[in-house]
Amino acid sequence: MLVFSTHDAAVFLLTGAPFWGMPPGASLHSPAIDALMRTSLGILLGFLLLAQVLAFTGLFLAPRAKTRFSAPWRWGMLVVLVALFVWMTAVAEHLWTATSIAKAEANAVQVEVTGVQFEWYFRYPGPDGVYGRTRPELIDAAGGNPLGVDPNDPHSKDDLVRSVLVLPVGEEVHVQLRAQDVIHGFFIPAMRVKLNAVPGRVTQLHFTPMKTGSYAIVCSQVCGLGHYRMHAELRVVTAAEFAQWQAQQEAAQAEP
Amino acid sequence: MPAIITRTPVDTERKDPGIGGKPPVDHRPTGGGGDGENWDKHPHGRRGPRELLGHYRLGLFFALAGDLMFFTALVLAFYVQQHTGHIDPANDYVLDWVPLVIPPILWINTAIILLSSITMEVARRQLFSEIHVMEEWFGLGRPAVKRAAPWLIATAVLGSLFLAGQLLAWSQLKAEGVYYASSPSSHFFYMITATHGLHLLLGVFALTAALLALFLAKRMEIRQIAVDCAAWYWHTMGILWIFLFGLLLFGQ
Amino acid sequence: MDESLKKRSRFRRCVLTTDHRVIGMQYLWLGLAAVTCGTLLSLLMRIHLVWPNTAMPGYGMLKPEDYLALVTIHGTLMIFFVLTAAPQNGLASLVLPGQIGARRMVFPVLNALSFWIVLGSLLVLLATFAVTGGAPISGWTSYPPLSAIAGAGPGQAMGMDLWLVSIALFCFGSILSAISVIATVLLRRAPGMTWMRMPLTVWSWFVGACMIVPAFSVLLAAATMLFSDRHMGTSFFLPAVDVVSGHILHRAGGSPLLWLHLFWFFGHPEVYIAVLPAMGLTSALLANFSRRPPISYRAMVYATIAIGVLGFMVWGHHMFVSGMNPYASRSFSLTTIAIAVPSTIEVILWLGTLMGGGLRRTTPLLFTLGFLSMFITGGATGPILAQPVLDSYLHNTYFVVAHFHLVMGMAGVFALFAAVYYWFPLMTGRMMNEALGKWHFWLTLVGAYAVFFPMHWAGLAGEPRHYAQLTGTAAYLAQLVPLQKFISLAAFALGAAQLLFVWNLLHSMRHGRIAARNPWQATTLEWSEAYAEDAPENAQTVMVGGPYEYSLPHDQAGTAIPCETIVERE
Repeated sequence: MLVFSTHDAAVFLLTGAPFWGMPPGASLHSPAIDALMRTSLGILLGFLLLAQVLAFTGLFLAPRAKTRFSAPWRWGMLVVLVALFVWMTAVAEHLWTATSIAKAEANAVQVEVTGVQFEWYFRYPGPDGVYGRTRPELIDAAGGNPLGVDPNDPHSKDDLVRSVLVLPVGEEVHVQLRAQDVIHGFFIPAMRVKLNAVPGRVTQLHFTPMKTGSYAIVCSQVCGLGHYRMHAELRVVTAAEFAQWQAQQEAAQAEP
Repeated sequence: MPAIITRTPVDTERKDPGIGGKPPVDHRPTGGGGDGENWDKHPHGRRGPRELLGHYRLGLFFALAGDLMFFTALVLAFYVQQHTGHIDPANDYVLDWVPLVIPPILWINTAIILLSSITMEVARRQLFSEIHVMEEWFGLGRPAVKRAAPWLIATAVLGSLFLAGQLLAWSQLKAEGVYYASSPSSHFFYMITATHGLHLLLGVFALTAALLALFLAKRMEIRQIAVDCAAWYWHTMGILWIFLFGLLLFGQ
Repeated sequence: MDESLKKRSRFRRCVLTTDHRVIGMQYLWLGLAAVTCGTLLSLLMRIHLVWPNTAMPGYGMLKPEDYLALVTIHGTLMIFFVLTAAPQNGLASLVLPGQIGARRMVFPVLNALSFWIVLGSLLVLLATFAVTGGAPISGWTSYPPLSAIAGAGPGQAMGMDLWLVSIALFCFGSILSAISVIATVLLRRAPGMTWMRMPLTVWSWFVGACMIVPAFSVLLAAATMLFSDRHMGTSFFLPAVDVVSGHILHRAGGSPLLWLHLFWFFGHPEVYIAVLPAMGLTSALLANFSRRPPISYRAMVYATIAIGVLGFMVWGHHMFVSGMNPYASRSFSLTTIAIAVPSTIEVILWLGTLMGGGLRRTTPLLFTLGFLSMFITGGATGPILAQPVLDSYLHNTYFVVAHFHLVMGMAGVFALFAAVYYWFPLMTGRMMNEALGKWHFWLTLVGAYAVFFPMHWAGLAGEPRHYAQLTGTAAYLAQLVPLQKFISLAAFALGAAQLLFVWNLLHSMRHGRIAARNPWQATTLEWSEAYAEDAPENAQTVMVGGPYEYSLPHDQAGTAIPCETIVERE
């Protein structure tokens, strides 16, 4: 086994890794976030290499009464670095306003995401736009009601609970995050969003998928022994396909 | 390497400093009898009759600083909890905080702990009355001990009364059906009174130890330290209680 | 008869002692034991991560919950017992009194007591493996409700209780040790040892101790509340309704976020408690081995104090994705950028010292450079993680794992190695083997980069931490298996390289070259004659100069310790 693994490692080193960066972004804000990430990483990598070279060449320099790194250099270095930090912060805070401080649009697609050891459930409010009441006594995953949706509430009739998240492309999504048992981390790498689902609270995030396709949703906060296998699929489809899918699902639910 | 030399007084500046630098501060206030003697010129361990006392006080103050941070954390959590709610089945966010009605006996307990601080201070001062201290120092008699002991005992009794009063307050609350697990405000009421009570119980043990030290310790210095440290601890817990009581009373 | 007396006196000398030097060494041995356990646990984790179906001899196959238990105990051991107990409690006890010209600490018994409490805490922590359900699986941060409900996972019952007891004991032990350090610095400085003449190591230990007292007190309060939630039906950290695997738990209604705030109010200062002694040591050792004073002693002191103060204002940057108010995230992001400034100043000043050249290329110097290298590499990603919008992607991925293992873990360990190589003559009167030391350094440096640098890529690729395996999970993670295999192999190599150190340590204790009184020609007081064991009991050191008055390179005349020793006339 060790031989095979050495082989794997050699393949990794020789071919360059399969992965040298972030998975392709697919949300409205991902190009800006990626650009900031790449620029900051690039600049800081440059400074870091420079500092490493300085540190280790120091080993081999002949002694000298005064340092080669005189006061103006030191101050200059500090000013440049602080300016870099300030610039990064300014750009990043601007983005933060757009992604997290700004509220979701009122006409955004509504989804409620619930984390349970070790599943994600997605609830759509249906045509009435209101989530039905949930009651913890009614929670019965095996019986098809993992969220404990109360069937006596008129709003819950058209609620769709699915284990795949289907979203229309180009439309903003307003996600309300809940957790039933412990803290979970709702993470869609391709959409560049991550937020914890906290029991007893509703946390909110919003994003706009811009490319159709299938993306991974994973759990990013340790939640128990099955943490690693707590994942789901996000399927981004065209608006027409989404409407069709929703109608189909509603019909299927009304059937029995 | 400098040889070991013998010389007094201490000079902390090199004859030719060679390199700049401020001269050292040579008037740090430490112990001493107020007679202008600068004990700092003496080696450690010989800096007057209150050197050791100063050390123990300083150590105690830092320990108490940590302890107060413990209570600060509880108090901050108290405020956070006040503004925390949960989502009810109808998707409404409800605040869970139900103010707790403080049992009136706590007013009596507060009076008791204030009184105990006074008796404690009287006891402490007995050990620092100069004439008695000198008498004990020379081994002529034990006037300070004899005067301090009753006050110490009074403090310990008052402290125990306070603890009994706190237990009574708990039982009154329980009779009303308010238990530790009942509501967020009751969590904090019981948690705060229990941790403070535990500290006060330790304080009563400290008083007992100080009382033993009064009679058993051979050195006057140790007798002073035992009573003085117990007193500072006791005062801190008293002031802390006033603050916590105010919080429980008005902070709800 | 004679034998038993001898034995007893040896027992008293080595175990029941209040001698701060012996206690310092006891702490270092404890750190070595903890780092050995922690490393072995991490190697088991590395095996399970990439070869999940490997049978361990004598145990069988590791399960995902075993992996998480290993993560929890690995983190707890390394953060508390290695990176706090050894450099802060241990090294401070070993050399701080000497460096300020004191023969003993102010509260020697308290200091000894702190060690025994910390040892007890370590034993309780290791005992979690032996109880029913095993060690807790919620990580060293122990977020409730996972850590508050026994049914939330294996190890969350008895194991979690023991974890809390262990942490509470550690809080007590460290606070006692910190009080002893603070009091010693305030009360036992030699005449002439003014604040601005204190060695930078002493400044770091002092600031670190001043951080320990409030930080660990808050952790103690949080642990008390969590214990109460677990056993007394309260809901400090539990929501009103919690449904764990079908069981409905009704409580009065609290907030799990409260734990996060309290924990990180402790947790972030803790990071600086771990790294401050390393920073002070770096300043001191660079001054020594470059034979020149630090570029600006005052700037170093003020930066250390600034870090100590700002360290208490940045805890929220661990909580950007926790559901906290986004405006709060913004203010924590700003304070975090602010704390990057004093660290940057220190790094620039260290580099300036190095640029003077003429370094004595000894093993302690190499490890100091290793600290600097790791601190820079790990620190460089700090300003990225400080941005909430970038952290929203990177939080809890391997990028963060790489960041803190470099900037705190590896940097701290390199500094600890530097300290051991540097003060070994002080502890044993012998030198460690330099050639072996240099091999150890270069292998460790390469190994550490091989292990932790690729983790940045895994993080950028979106691999969350605490994942027990990469099979049976989201498909995109399978592509990272070769990378993780490479890291695992590198980890084995890095672990194996440490055997060189262990052998060097054990061999040099008995057979090392006899050291001179002041082998590194240092100018700090711990190497002075007055501090030697055969100095007269009433000898008093008097400081007559600054701590790092090295003359220009290779001038032997500048190596005298600027102190005089007086013996009080009787």
